[in-house]
Amino acid sequence: MKCQHCEKPATFHITELTDEVPEELHLCEEHARTYLMQADLKEDEVPSIASALAQQLKVNPAAEQLAQLDQQACPLCGITFYEFRHVGRLGCPHDYICFEDELDPIISNIHSATAHVGKQPRGAGEGTDQRTELIRLRREMEQAIQIEDYEKASMLRDKIAGIEEEEKSG
Amino acid sequence: MFLDELAGKGGEWLKGTGPESDIVISSRIRLARNLAEFPFVRKCSDGDKLAIEARVSEVINQQSKWSDPVSYHRIDEMNDLDRQFLVERQLISRELAESNGARSVLIDSGEKFSVMINEEDHLRIQAVQSGLDLTEAWHRINAIDDFVDSCLHYAFHPRYGYLTACPTNVGTGMRVSVMLHLPALVMTRELEKVFRSLQKINLAVRGLYGEGSEAMGDFYQISNQITLGKSEIELVQQVNEVIPVMIEYERKARDFLLRESRDELSDRVSRAHGILQNAKTISSEETMHLLSSIRLGVNMGLIEVDIPMLNRLFLQTQPAHLQKMIGGKLDIADRNVQRAQYLKKSFNISDN
Repeated sequence: MKCQHCEKPATFHITELTDEVPEELHLCEEHARTYLMQADLKEDEVPSIASALAQQLKVNPAAEQLAQLDQQACPLCGITFYEFRHVGRLGCPHDYICFEDELDPIISNIHSATAHVGKQPRGAGEGTDQRTELIRLRREMEQAIQIEDYEKASMLRDKIAGIEEEEKSG
Repeated sequence: MFLDELAGKGGEWLKGTGPESDIVISSRIRLARNLAEFPFVRKCSDGDKLAIEARVSEVINQQSKWSDPVSYHRIDEMNDLDRQFLVERQLISRELAESNGARSVLIDSGEKFSVMINEEDHLRIQAVQSGLDLTEAWHRINAIDDFVDSCLHYAFHPRYGYLTACPTNVGTGMRVSVMLHLPALVMTRELEKVFRSLQKINLAVRGLYGEGSEAMGDFYQISNQITLGKSEIELVQQVNEVIPVMIEYERKARDFLLRESRDELSDRVSRAHGILQNAKTISSEETMHLLSSIRLGVNMGLIEVDIPMLNRLFLQTQPAHLQKMIGGKLDIADRNVQRAQYLKKSFNISDN
């Protein structure tokens, strides 16, 4: 869907509830920002706008919320939501969990579905969570090496080796 | 070396056998898979890439695990010409050829499957069959996937399925595609219309060798766009169902051309033949274009040329193939001269 004011794709879908009839707006990021800023200014006159928006924002993040969301980073691989939005590629399997609320509507948009049917790996992927933990440990180990905290690095190395060993026998 | 041997051969996907092989070139399925314990490739450190390459190759790079001979190649240790050669043969993607760090490919000697390591996802498995045979491609790739799964831990989410670097591949991680030769639909300018209707049912169309709409030699690949919410079998069926329709459109366009402009068509085919036999210097684009006309002419009974040879020429006149067969690096001008000589020789041999 295109933005009502320009050729860009509409990423913000706002339902304006102050009028008799709810008005739907479909805007790109830039025009949504402008619109929301105007709405903020008018807040005194029409107090209901703010509350309506607050409701709506739970589903569709506004500029401010988006800025906040952009800062969010995956605790395992460190990718920020901003980075994902710009390169279109996720950083690690855990992103599907830590950004689930944001990704779910995107996935639904792409596939018109949000649940996998079909083949499953052995054990139906059980243990993915424990294994992704290795991503964090390896990253921490590299950081420790960088700041020359070799004690921490060697502790982490042993921990990683332990998990990897467990995996091989399991 | 293995790659040099391949240069002289046509490759599974251009064999040109199977039902409807005048229009359907090949069937291809790929699966995207990731190991749970590493970041996706774009976020990998050099060490991560090395570790992934080591772990996956330990599993797949063992001849005893495969019934046919396989060869394993480190792309990061390969020269540009060999990389491009593998891209032209569709054994690796352009992305794998051009990215950085430890990455590799396992190739089956019959070129019926290949496994890329550290492309956009940790593993990209693909299976290829000549003609329209997605079911066989699915059985083959499913078995390879089961084998890898028995040795490694895939990243899998109970609701989202197989987890991939790009959310457009999540779920089955499966891309099903069929390559078609559609010269008559291109000539009658009906292709756009057909493609728009395919998009409505969530099928994507790409030209050969690229994401763009410009197709080399009128070869087009039709594939599923959605990977989540449909089973692998359903995805195969979805593409399978539309292929007979595409074949019918192309046949109707061919009949129309024969009926309405037989002389022009025949002229076009003969001219193409004449140029390819007599040119002194020729680009690969022009070659593909003219080969396509001749291929159409043969299939419509307007000219007699050996189809397997034509299919082979589509590949062997590509820049890297030509250089490998000549045995050295050539600049564009020299390539165009060598290409013309190679074409002349090929057509003369087949005429005698």
